[in-house]
Amino acid sequence: MSKTATHEAVKSGAAHSNGTAGTVKSGFASGFVLDFEKPIVELEHKIAEMRTLAESSGMKNLGVEIDRMQKKAHRMREEVYSQLSRWQKVQLARHPRRPYTLDYIERLFSGFLELHGDRAFGDDHAIVSGIAEMDNLKMLVIGHQKGRGTKENIYRNFGMANPEGYRKSIRLLGLAEKFKLPVVTFVDTPGAYPGLGAEERGQAEAIARSLYEMARLKVPILTIVIGEGGSGGALALSIADRIFMLEYSIYSVISPEGCASILYRDAAQAPQAAESLKLTADDLLELGIIDGIIPEPKGGAHENFDETAQSIKLRLLDTLPELLREPSDQLMEARHRKYERIGYFLEA
Amino acid sequence: MALEWFRRERSVISPEQKKSTTDALWIKCESCSEIVFKQELEKQHLVCPKCSFHFAMEGSAYIAMLADEGSWQETDSTLRSLDPLSFKDSKKYADRVTASIRSTGKNDAITIGSCAVGGFPAVLGVMEFSFMGGSVGSVVGEKIARAVDHAIAADRALILISRSGGMRMQEGMVSLMQMAKTSVKLTQLGEAGLPYISILTNPTTGGTTASFSMLGDVIFAEPGALIGFAGPRVIKQTIGQDLPPGFQRSEFLLEKGFLDRIVHRSDLKPTVVQALRVFMHSKVHA
Ligand SMILES: [Zn+2]
Repeated sequence: MSKTATHEAVKSGAAHSNGTAGTVKSGFASGFVLDFEKPIVELEHKIAEMRTLAESSGMKNLGVEIDRMQKKAHRMREEVYSQLSRWQKVQLARHPRRPYTLDYIERLFSGFLELHGDRAFGDDHAIVSGIAEMDNLKMLVIGHQKGRGTKENIYRNFGMANPEGYRKSIRLLGLAEKFKLPVVTFVDTPGAYPGLGAEERGQAEAIARSLYEMARLKVPILTIVIGEGGSGGALALSIADRIFMLEYSIYSVISPEGCASILYRDAAQAPQAAESLKLTADDLLELGIIDGIIPEPKGGAHENFDETAQSIKLRLLDTLPELLREPSDQLMEARHRKYERIGYFLEA
Repeated sequence: MALEWFRRERSVISPEQKKSTTDALWIKCESCSEIVFKQELEKQHLVCPKCSFHFAMEGSAYIAMLADEGSWQETDSTLRSLDPLSFKDSKKYADRVTASIRSTGKNDAITIGSCAVGGFPAVLGVMEFSFMGGSVGSVVGEKIARAVDHAIAADRALILISRSGGMRMQEGMVSLMQMAKTSVKLTQLGEAGLPYISILTNPTTGGTTASFSMLGDVIFAEPGALIGFAGPRVIKQTIGQDLPPGFQRSEFLLEKGFLDRIVHRSDLKPTVVQALRVFMHSKVHA
C-alpha cells in the first residue's frame, strides 16, 4: 500500500528507481559523493571491507582496529558537519541521492492516493499531490518532485513546475478546504520553469494565484522544505501556518549561481553568493522566516531515508493536531499576522 | 551574430537618447525614429504622436495624470530599508540604498498616497523603476500592505502601477516573503469587497508579476510593455533559441488571456474611472 506512489510513477512512464535507496548506507555503493564527503565515505568503505575480512577469515584481532577506525570516522563526520559552509549545505540540499517528496510519502503514510491534473491544460509531473493517511490523521499532500537519473529527471522536468503544476495544487487546495483536511507541502525545486510554454500559460499568474489561495485557505497548512527552496516556484507551495526546514535544506530568493552572475558577472562566484544570501535553515530561523528545523542524520538525509522520514513524521504528529484544534478564523488571522510582520525597515 | 551586433548598437545609442529626453527640444523616437518635439511629447504623456510608442514615464507623472487635481496626499514616504542580511557585493547594500535615495530623491521603489480618481476615493501606488530597478524589498512590501489597510479603513479602491524587475535579492528571503505578504494583504482587500486595479507598465517581471501585479480584479497594461515571470534572457538561455517576436509583450499577454485590456496612456484615467464607477457603486454614498 505504501508503494502506491512509486508504482504509479513507474506505470506512467518514469523510471522511479529509488524505492530501496533508503537502506543504502554507504555513498560508495550508489555513486555520487561530494568532495567534502569523500574522506569520510572512503574511511567507511574501508571499515566495511575490514569487517567482511574479519568475518570471512575469523581474524578476531581486527575488531580493535575496526573500533578505532569507526571512532575516527565518527569524529571526522562530527567535525565536517559541525562547520559546513553555506555553499556545502547548498550542495547537500541538491545532493543527487537526497530523498525526494515521493520517498517521504512512501515512508510517512499508510495510504497515499495520487491525484493528477489541473482540469485545464494537463498534468505536471514536477508536482505530485494526493490524499494521504498517517495513523488517524487524514491530509492533503502536495510537493515538488525531482527525478533520479536523466530519464526520470526529464520526466519530472528536474522538479521545475509549469503553470499547470501550480494550478493542480490550487485545485487540490479546494478539496482540502471542502473536506476539512490539513495540507502538508514538500518544497524541493530549483525554481519555476522558465520556458516558452510556461510564460505563454501564465507562470506568473499561476504562482500569484497560488499565494493568494493559500493565504486565504481555511484549513491548516504546514510546509517542509526538504531540499532546494528555489524562489517563487518554492514560495508558491509554502504559504503556511508553520514552515519547517530540514537541517541541510536551503531556501533562497535566487540561486547562488544566478545571484553571482548578476552581481559578480560570474556564476563561478556562487559559493560567495551563497554566503551573502543567508539561505540555510539556521539563517532563516534567525531571520524569523521559518518556524523550526528538522534534524537530519549526520552526513545528511541521503545517508538514511528512514531516519529522516521518521523525524519529519514526529514533527507532523507534533504540529498538525495542535493546528487542527484552532478555529479556522483564528488560524487564518494568525497566518496573516505572521506574514504581515515580515520586513526590515525604519521610519523617520 | 548580426542580430547581436544590432542589439549592441542599439543599446549603445539608447542612453544618448535617454539623455536627449531631458536636455534637448527635439527627441528621436526609440521606436519609429521620427523626430518629435519634446513639448508635444510631454503633452501626450510621453507617447509618440507618430507611432504611439510609450516612453518610460516617472511615477510623479502618473500621479499627476490619474489623481484629481489637488487630491493627492502622499503617505508613508519616510520608510527606508534596513539591511537584514548585511549584504555586500562590490558595494554594501546599505550604501546602494543611500546612493539610490540620493540619485532619485525617493526613499524606495514605490510611492503611495491617497487621492480621488474621477471623484472616486482611491489609494494609489506607483512603482519607481529608477530606484534599484523597481525591485521589491521590505519597504515596497510594507507600503503596499499599508495601502491595503488604508483602502479598507476608508473604503477606497486600490490602484497599483507596476514597473519592476522583481524581488530585491540584497534582502534575500525577506524580499521573497514580500510576495507572500502583499498577496496576504490583497486577500483582505478582496474580503472587504474593494476593487484592486493593477496597471502594468514596461517592464514588469519576476516576483512582482508573480504576486501583486497579477492579482488585480482587473489588470490593464500599457501597449508594448514587457510582462513576464522569467526574464527574456533567462528563457533564451534555458531553451537555447531566440524568442519569437512580440513574446512577453502586452499584446501577447492579452492574446493569451492574462490581461483584461491594453490601455493607451491617454485613455488610462477614463478607463480606470469607468471601472471604478461600476465596482464602487455600492461603496460611494452619493
Ligand atoms: Zn514613434
